[in-house]
Amino acid sequence: MTDTKEIVESPKSAVGQPRENEPVLQPPVDISEDVNGITLLADMPGVSRDRLNIQVDKDTLLIEGEAKIDMPEGMKPLYADIRSTRYRRSFALSSELQTDSIDATLKDGVLCLRILKRPESRPRKIEVRTV
Amino acid sequence: MFGSLTNLEGSLFDEFRRMEQRMDELFGRDTWLPGIRSVARGTFPPINVGATPEKVDVYLFSPGVDPKSLDVSIQQSLLTISGERKAPEQENAKSYRKERFYGEFRRVITLPDDIDPERVEARYTDGVLHIAVQRREESKPKQIEIK
Repeated sequence: MTDTKEIVESPKSAVGQPRENEPVLQPPVDISEDVNGITLLADMPGVSRDRLNIQVDKDTLLIEGEAKIDMPEGMKPLYADIRSTRYRRSFALSSELQTDSIDATLKDGVLCLRILKRPESRPRKIEVRTV
Repeated sequence: MFGSLTNLEGSLFDEFRRMEQRMDELFGRDTWLPGIRSVARGTFPPINVGATPEKVDVYLFSPGVDPKSLDVSIQQSLLTISGERKAPEQENAKSYRKERFYGEFRRVITLPDDIDPERVEARYTDGVLHIAVQRREESKPKQIEIK
């Protein structure tokens, strides 16, 4: 049945196949801070754990991922909001953060990073003793 | 000084315009007329729709959504997907960036007329909802043999 393929229009840019010079998507993020550290949430739909890369180089945090979308061969795009499968975003970290122990979890395409502050940067409560 | 600034800005915008044109060439945006039920660009969740002679594939990029909150229904060739993404509970946390969408969402997609609403499959993996809708046999291209 390979003959039928010729009738089908050739796939110009299947909905998210990696191509050369493919644009990079900036995942939207939520960043918040509590007394102990910083929490970062990033939307990276289609990215599985093995296609995710989180790197800290000096003060730069880099988040990278590649979405794997299951697409049949010869698919013709009818509509596409998402035109790339690569995500990348970086942030500058600050010195009071413990960059050597960042906790990362990935669930249903949402990356959650937890960056703790150095113990000396956390607010300490000073107890007042009565003599 | 200001002259050079505006020049710089001008060239930057030109660059963006060129990029946009290039994107349009690549993806043929002009060939897609916005549907009467379409939403503004950037609305959550983004969708992609692709077709093969056998089926139509719809991808909904909706990370962090409880699959139980997703509602997928099909009426003739109209596919409706709705759901909700709940905000995480964060006590005593101060927010810096809030770029992610929270709340209820709904997207309606007009599928080709030859789809079979009885044969629909939906799967949620890594935050992507993939809906595969089979097309009717008679509409598949057939090779006609020349005798």
